[in-house]
Amino acid sequence: MLLSDYTFQTVAIGSAILGLISGVLGTFAVLRKQSLLGDGVSHAALPGVVLGFILIGSKNTEFLLLGALLSGLLSTLLITTIVKYSRIKFDSALALIMSVFFGLGLVLLTYVQKIPNANQAGLNRFIFGQASSLMRRDVNLMIICGSILLLLLIIFWKEFKIFTFDSEFAQSLGFSPKKLDLLLSLMTVTGIILGLQTVGVILMSAMLVAPAVAARQWTNKLSVMAFLGAIFGAISGIFGTAVSSFIPKLPTGPTIVLFASLIVLISILLAPGRGILHRLYRQKHNRSLNIERRAENDSTI
Amino acid sequence: MDLKTKLEYVIEVADLTVAYDVKPVLWDVDLKIPKGKLMAVVGPNGAGKSTLIKAILNLLIPISGNIKFIQNRADTKSNIKNRVAYVPQSGNVDWDFPSTVLDVVLMGRFGLLGWIKRPGKADVDIALQTLKKVGMEDYSSRQISQLSGGQQQRVFLARALVQQADIYFMDEPFKGVDTKTEKAIVLLLKDLKDQGKTVVVVHHDLQTVTEYFDWVTLINLRVVASGPVDEVFHQENLRQTYRSTGMLLKGMAV
Amino acid sequence: MTPQFEIQLIAVIVAVGCALPGVFLVLRKMSMMSDSITHTILLGIVLAFFITHDLSSPLLIVGAAIMGVVTVWLTETLTRTNLLAEDAAIGIVFPLLFSIAIILITRYAGSVHLDTDSVLLGELAFAPFNRMIVFNTDIGAKAIYTAGTILIINLVAIFLFFKELKLVTFDPVLAAVLGFSPTMVHYGLMTLVSLTAVSAFEAVGSVLVVAFMIGPPVTAYLLTDDLKSMLIISVLIGTINGILGYQLAAIFDVSIAGSMATMTGILFISVFILAPHRGLLSIFRRRKMQKTKFGKMTLLFHLLNNESSFIQEQVSQICIVQNHLNWSDHFIKDIINRLQGENCIEVDGVFIKLTDKGRKTTIQEYNELFS
Repeated sequence: MLLSDYTFQTVAIGSAILGLISGVLGTFAVLRKQSLLGDGVSHAALPGVVLGFILIGSKNTEFLLLGALLSGLLSTLLITTIVKYSRIKFDSALALIMSVFFGLGLVLLTYVQKIPNANQAGLNRFIFGQASSLMRRDVNLMIICGSILLLLLIIFWKEFKIFTFDSEFAQSLGFSPKKLDLLLSLMTVTGIILGLQTVGVILMSAMLVAPAVAARQWTNKLSVMAFLGAIFGAISGIFGTAVSSFIPKLPTGPTIVLFASLIVLISILLAPGRGILHRLYRQKHNRSLNIERRAENDSTI
Repeated sequence: MDLKTKLEYVIEVADLTVAYDVKPVLWDVDLKIPKGKLMAVVGPNGAGKSTLIKAILNLLIPISGNIKFIQNRADTKSNIKNRVAYVPQSGNVDWDFPSTVLDVVLMGRFGLLGWIKRPGKADVDIALQTLKKVGMEDYSSRQISQLSGGQQQRVFLARALVQQADIYFMDEPFKGVDTKTEKAIVLLLKDLKDQGKTVVVVHHDLQTVTEYFDWVTLINLRVVASGPVDEVFHQENLRQTYRSTGMLLKGMAV
Repeated sequence: MTPQFEIQLIAVIVAVGCALPGVFLVLRKMSMMSDSITHTILLGIVLAFFITHDLSSPLLIVGAAIMGVVTVWLTETLTRTNLLAEDAAIGIVFPLLFSIAIILITRYAGSVHLDTDSVLLGELAFAPFNRMIVFNTDIGAKAIYTAGTILIINLVAIFLFFKELKLVTFDPVLAAVLGFSPTMVHYGLMTLVSLTAVSAFEAVGSVLVVAFMIGPPVTAYLLTDDLKSMLIISVLIGTINGILGYQLAAIFDVSIAGSMATMTGILFISVFILAPHRGLLSIFRRRKMQKTKFGKMTLLFHLLNNESSFIQEQVSQICIVQNHLNWSDHFIKDIINRLQGENCIEVDGVFIKLTDKGRKTTIQEYNELFS
């Protein structure tokens, strides 16, 4: 029975946690118009991973992740600095830093491996994610870090809320926007790095964006949005893992993203109030109302 | 001759100079804000009105100057931030943010709660009462993107009122607002004044200054004049304030 | 042509070819779209491959380019629902398309060597091995001609449609009013971007296409305000990045493309710090100069204003002035020294006074400021 299979459980739990964390953190990333930070930071983490390997000398996941974290944070810092002190906009700074860092990572990697082609199993796992190779250790780490992130989010919930909505007003109340920005960025980068092992660099942006966007369609309350984002993310993780286990030759990461995308598309189409179908229905309804009204007016003249 | 009643001041600004990049925006501003008055701050665009407010609220760092909050004898070391409420210009917010009207108004209580503490039932009650004061009690669970401009302004006002502060700063609260809302806001401001609060409003409509306010400060880089409306708000001062912008002042004579 | 020369030639052609449309991407705030397209063209290649079953068919390039435009169209359709912001739309569309590509490859093309690594990472070192044989003569590496063709297309397009591109970039409303369809120019530009990405990623891989497309323009953006200059400078910077990057890679024996991207970063940081007027050093120097200038003026005005006051004696004491202005010890000392040096004030014990010259200067500056 698949569901009792140890490996499956491990991967499913890991994916679910990834979905949960990125769904929640993604809520704030999307609202802060930093949706592509997932994409950027994932790529920018590569030099950190390689340096971690060079300095520590082992393929111990924790150290590699730590290196990735530092690299990711440095890139975020640089992006903020560039935007602050020049007329370069966030999207350009993001694209620049992300590709430069990634290139630097490649240089370091080929330096380490001493072959011109950076084709490595390790690199593959980093770029595409290898959810199926998740081990209990990895998942435990995700659970611990994930819990800390969620705890921080709950503790500072109202501070993050007011800062994201109106940072100037928040400052007038005595909440330092700089500190909150730093904390939130730190948490988001950590979440991204944690999730890299599961879906890889390229797909990480989807996990940060899709569940949050989907959640937004169903509610007008921030807390519910974050909660739904977590649920949608977790569902994508679990179902993606399950389906890719059943069907042969279906890689886990992309399948998870497929589910996340499906949820977004369904939400955009069907959500009551905001959803497209609902809007079309309302338009048609209004149009027929107008026709009726005009008919009435004509008949009374 | 009038015997002026002894004025008590709540805020004293001295030698305030603020500059962005090459140009100075505020120069050597000396201003005393009297307690319990409804004060308008007027001047041409870019004259430094919003900057003055932000400098007082410590939202930016001036080149020089002192801003003193006069403490009551009864206070100990009260937190200044809690005595001052701010209604910023509403254009800087993403109105598609998932938030109801009540959510936004509750945010005004966050300053009093401080870090980490959450709003409780008492806070929610105050928020609902304040919503009633601004006439928005029926909209408490409405998503903010569905509000009109006037309604959004009222929500921002409520967000500041829940702070139950002593001094209120408002940046162009009447901008883009319908007549009905404008009248409602004016009544609210007069109500605040009757409670002994001090209200400072950056105002853009010269026509209504004498009707709405009892104190006025004219600013154009420097303070041209500051004092009771009937004393200070006249042709000569207005000409001095607006002269470099070539504004025509018809029927301004008080 | 030695392989080393060929590699650098290809690098320069690719860099220049990418920099040209990249300038417009940066100016239109669509930089991340380049990242999006370079990933989704994989799906175009896969789908085209399923039709032709031929890895060297030109249909693959066409398919990839079409998929690039489709990506843009999908992203914008999603944005137009107004239910999400544009950056979020990008972040949803390209991972979806990319995932589909990966799934298709893994399931159906596993036996065929569609090397996803080289798709993503590319490797210039191998480029010389792929020759272009025309009439039985080896006229050089194939990449020179494919990248070269795209470069020529880019040059011609931008040359022909320069004024349309300029107008649509800076004032789309005016462009529409004047009868130039911003939509057509937009999709034309996106087609160029797709074609360029396709031609470039074989050599340098997806992510580094972004470095080539965005890096030089962003650097040039700090150096000029003129569109034409920005294009020319971007091309120059792209060339430098390519050549220097290769040299670096040759010395350390590392990834050539990665090295070029790193060089892009190094060049950018240098310009970011050192650029005249817009560079960090210039900014900080200017700020300090202004602070000093305003400090001097403030002190002079303060003295002038208090000259007529009956408490002048007390007020002109240094520590009192410092208190009024809320300045640090260091700052007031500095300002006083400067003004003394300019002979505008004289220090008498703990008092400071305006000199005659100081008074004249102050009144003059006062009038200038408030006239």
